[in-house]
Parts: sequence; structure tokens; C-alpha cells
Amino acid sequence: MTTVAPVRSRPIVGWAVHDGFVVARRNLIQSIRVPESLFFSLVQPVIFVLLFAYVFGGAIPIPGDGANADEAANAYRNYLMPGIFGQTVAFAAAASTVGIAEDMRKGLIDRFRALPMAHGAVLIGRTFADAARQILVLAVLSITGFIIGWRITGGLLNAIYAYLLLLLFAYTVSWVGSTIGLSMPNPETASTAGLAWLFPLTFLSNAFVPISSMPDWLQAFAAFNPVSTLVLATRELFGNPTGIQPDYWPLQHPVPYTVMACAVIIAIFATLSVRKFGRTTSK
Amino acid sequence: MGDEQAVFAEGVVKKFGDVVALDGMDLTVERGQVVGLLGPNGAGKTTMVRILSTLLAPTAGTARVSGFDVVTQPDEVRRAIGLTGQYAAVDEYLTGRENLRMFGDLYHLEPKYVKRRSQELLDSFELSEAADRPVRTYSGGMRRRLDLASSLIARPSILFLDEPTTGLDPRSRLGMWAVIEGLVAEGTTVLLTTQYLEEADQLAQDIVVIDHGRVIAHGTAEALKDQIGGDRIEVTVVNLVQAGAAADVLRTVSTGEPAIEEGRVSAPVSGGSTVLVSAIRALDVAGIEVSDLLLRRPTLDDVFMSLTGHAAEEEPPVVAKRGRKGRQS
Repeated sequence: MTTVAPVRSRPIVGWAVHDGFVVARRNLIQSIRVPESLFFSLVQPVIFVLLFAYVFGGAIPIPGDGANADEAANAYRNYLMPGIFGQTVAFAAAASTVGIAEDMRKGLIDRFRALPMAHGAVLIGRTFADAARQILVLAVLSITGFIIGWRITGGLLNAIYAYLLLLLFAYTVSWVGSTIGLSMPNPETASTAGLAWLFPLTFLSNAFVPISSMPDWLQAFAAFNPVSTLVLATRELFGNPTGIQPDYWPLQHPVPYTVMACAVIIAIFATLSVRKFGRTTSK
Repeated sequence: MGDEQAVFAEGVVKKFGDVVALDGMDLTVERGQVVGLLGPNGAGKTTMVRILSTLLAPTAGTARVSGFDVVTQPDEVRRAIGLTGQYAAVDEYLTGRENLRMFGDLYHLEPKYVKRRSQELLDSFELSEAADRPVRTYSGGMRRRLDLASSLIARPSILFLDEPTTGLDPRSRLGMWAVIEGLVAEGTTVLLTTQYLEEADQLAQDIVVIDHGRVIAHGTAEALKDQIGGDRIEVTVVNLVQAGAAADVLRTVSTGEPAIEEGRVSAPVSGGSTVLVSAIRALDVAGIEVSDLLLRRPTLDDVFMSLTGHAAEEEPPVVAKRGRKGRQS
């Protein structure tokens, strides 16, 4: 083998983005080839919408809204939808955890590590693809919401901001999910561990119930929980009812707090996971 | 200088906590050579390959691949090597062609070249028909071939094959051997690990036997076999009572004392098939009825046994057994 394979010139965006894109493309093709997985990732949030809207809906009062029962139920649905959005994008992390763990088991991570590719590109590709999948999920959820009476009343631009904020959050938690995935011994453990932290994270927030209805010590946690500020921010941007907020800084400034929290979380977990990736199999 | 060699490793030590996986490994592979790293499970074969392919950092010692240090110049090493591990590390949801494209892109090769090279590899590995099917529809043998093709996309000059045929059925195994032999003919340097003695014998010119993380023998298959003694002639008599007489006859042609075991008499000889002819004549003259007679070269199994005191842990599940080695008369 005397012929040398021709190497292409460095793309303007740099190798890390190029390689990240190659891996993201692979991950996205994967989700098209497994329509079952895509289908259930859409069905689950839809079921949540229906359960909360019709089963719990009447039981959870939204302070400051709804004089009669019908109006109260409608107010709750408008209050609920951003909560479901927030919960759904948070659960994007679980897909990253399992995906990384499966790549490890199949030896693909080893193969990637033995390639002269950019460090971290596998993780950039993974998190990007997992966040990108949420575009479709959010679209299906929005339609479901519309059918049950959810309306955007805050203007188009604000609605776009809201969706972008949700995608930023999906991207952020994917880094957390990837880090967990890299630490797990096998995909089975990863699928349990990948979900375990998401339930308290999403339920100890204002996603489904107003923070003001929680005991004081929980209120503090929920107020600083980025899921709460994400959900509150999207409620405000969509023009949906927000309920009455306790006096915590994040709840008074939900958009900047959420963006800042995402930046900090990405910085921490990208560093952790890229470092872990470098020595994943070096036990 | 060591830089000229494909692989040069000296005193490589790898510890996992208290467990010493490699205990001062020395290994040299010249360019264009095929070296078989042979040893039982847990001998340190895979650990050594992982260090050479930059997946693991050695605890001590130095290792250079294509002249580059595996610890300080990992990217240069990665550009020079192809690695095929124990699992078919390909994406099973992508098609064969998509897999090759992905790995080609990640080697930063020109897209046009990747396209052409992929087709070339798919053709020569008999995967062109399945090229546009998702890999999860492939058989085990096809996956391994695709896996090997993936590591060849950038035409590496050095190839690490970590147990390339483990878990394959005999037919796929022979197919894999043919593919590897083709690469070697093109001049690729290959470091191959295997626990199948047959495989090392078949593919490698030079064999390094390791056990407990250390090299215990090194040489060509022939040299290793000579090391534990040369050819033996084996005669099976029809009548057990003639065993003694057969031994007397063999003594006239052998270089050592014949051994009798039931109806089988064996003796060390030198001189190859001429001895075989003399033995047949002498046995005929003595009126000894022979049911089987063969000249047997020691197998690598014998080598391994005498070197380590234990057999390689698994028998090669390959069809060709002794018969291929011994020249049956």
C-alpha cells in the first residue's frame, strides 16, 4: 500500500465542528432507521399532555385565574403545556445517556478514539443530534396542545425565543446525559441511571404545580431549579398563565437565569465528559 | 534506528490497580511484516494492542508506532494505523456504505476519494450487494469484513487486528484469512493477536508467544516448532503384538529411542520424506502390517504446551486439524 489517501483541506468551521457534524448525521440517520424509537419518544409526551390535562387538570388550581370550573380547566391546560415542554426537553438527556452507553458496548467509542478526529466531536455530535430530535417532538407536542386548547398569545417572535430556549435546554441536559452515559458499565444500567435524576428534577419544579403550593424548603430548591425558570420563561414568552411567583431572583428573571444556568452546566459537563471520553476505557 | 520500524515497544508495563496486565513487553515489528501475538485469554494481547493504538496509556516503558510515540504523538499514530477490535465496531443502523463514508470523513479524507475507496473496499470484501442495506441485516462474517474495511479506508500502512476471527464460523474464518492474506500481499504491516494457533501459523511469519504479560518465545512458526524438537514418525500397527517389532524397525531409521503407546509407535527422525520411504520399506520387509503411518511436525499447540506448561485455553474451531500439518502417507 504505497498510495497515500488524500486528506481534505481544513474546513472553515474547523475540524471539531466538521467531525461533530459527521457524528450528528450518523445519530440522526439512526433515529430515522429506528422509527419505533422515534415514535415512542413522541407518544410519551403526548400521553403526559392528555393525562395531566384531563386527569389532574381540574384538581390543580392556578392562582389568579379561572372564575368557574371550565375557565379553570382551560387555564390549567395553558399553564400545563410549557411544563410538558420543559419536562420533555429535560428527558432528552436520557437518550444521550443510553446512546453513549450503547456505543461504548459496541466498541464504536473505541474505534472513534483510535481515529485522528477532533477530541469531543463524538459528544458534540451526540448532543447536537439529541437536541435536534427535539424539534420534531416539540412540533408534535405543540399540535397536541393546540388541539386541547393551548394558545400562543405572546407574539411570534417571543414564541420563537421560547422554542429556542427549550432547544438550548435540551442541548444542555444532553451533555449531562452523555457524561452519565460515559460513566455507566452497560446500557441497561445507563437506561435506569439516565432516568433516575430526571424525575425529581422535573417534578420538583413548577412544570405541573405552582411553586407557591410547595412547602418552604422545597420552594427554594424549585426556584433555583433551571427546569422551573425554563418553564416560567416559556410561559411568559408564549403568553400563558404563570401563576404567582415567590420572591426568588431566578423566578423574577427567568430568561437570563436559564441561559446562564445552561452556559454553566454545558461548561462543567462538556469539560467532564470530554475528559472522561479520553480515558473511558482506560480503567 | 527504531523509527524505521512499524512497531517498536520496549519494557511496556501496564497495571490496572494491583493487576499487572503487561510486565515488561518488548515487541518489534518490521515494515511489511506480519507478526502474530499469541497467548491464552488474559495474557495481555489486547492490552498491548490497545496501548499501541493509543487507547490506553502504558504505566511504564515506551512504545512507538511508525516512529511516533503513542503517548506524546497519538494523532500521528492514529493517522498511520487501522484497528479492528474483537467486536465488529460498526454502526448497525447505518448501511455498509454509510459506515465507510462516516469513517472516511472522520479520517478527514477527500469526499470524492472516500466514495471511490468505499466502492473499492465493498467490492473486494464481497459486500457490494449488501452495501446499501443497514448493517443489522448482515451476518457475523459480513460485519467483520465491513469492520476491517472501515479500518482500511485511509489505507493505513500498519494494521492492528485484535482477534479478527473470534466468534466466526469456520467458513467466515477462512474468508477473513483470505482477506488478510490479500492485504499482506499488498505490503501492509500487520500485528495480529489470536488465541488460535492455527491462525497464527496460517497468517504470521513471525510469532511472539506471550503469557502473563511477558514474551516467552519469539520466532517463525518453524523455528518455534524446531525449538521443541523436529519431525516424528508415527506408525500404527494392525496387530498389537507387532508393536515391539515395529519399534525395532523404526530404531534403524530414527534419531532417538522409539516410544510405544498401545498400537502406536513413534520416533524422532530427521530427513523428512526420505526417511518415510525407508521406514515403509523396512516395515514391509519385516512383514509388519501397518494401518497408518505418518510424518508429523509439531504443531503450535505442542509449542505452546511445552512453553507455558498449559494449553492455549480454547481449541481452534477450524475444520483443518492435524491432517493439514502432518504429511499423511
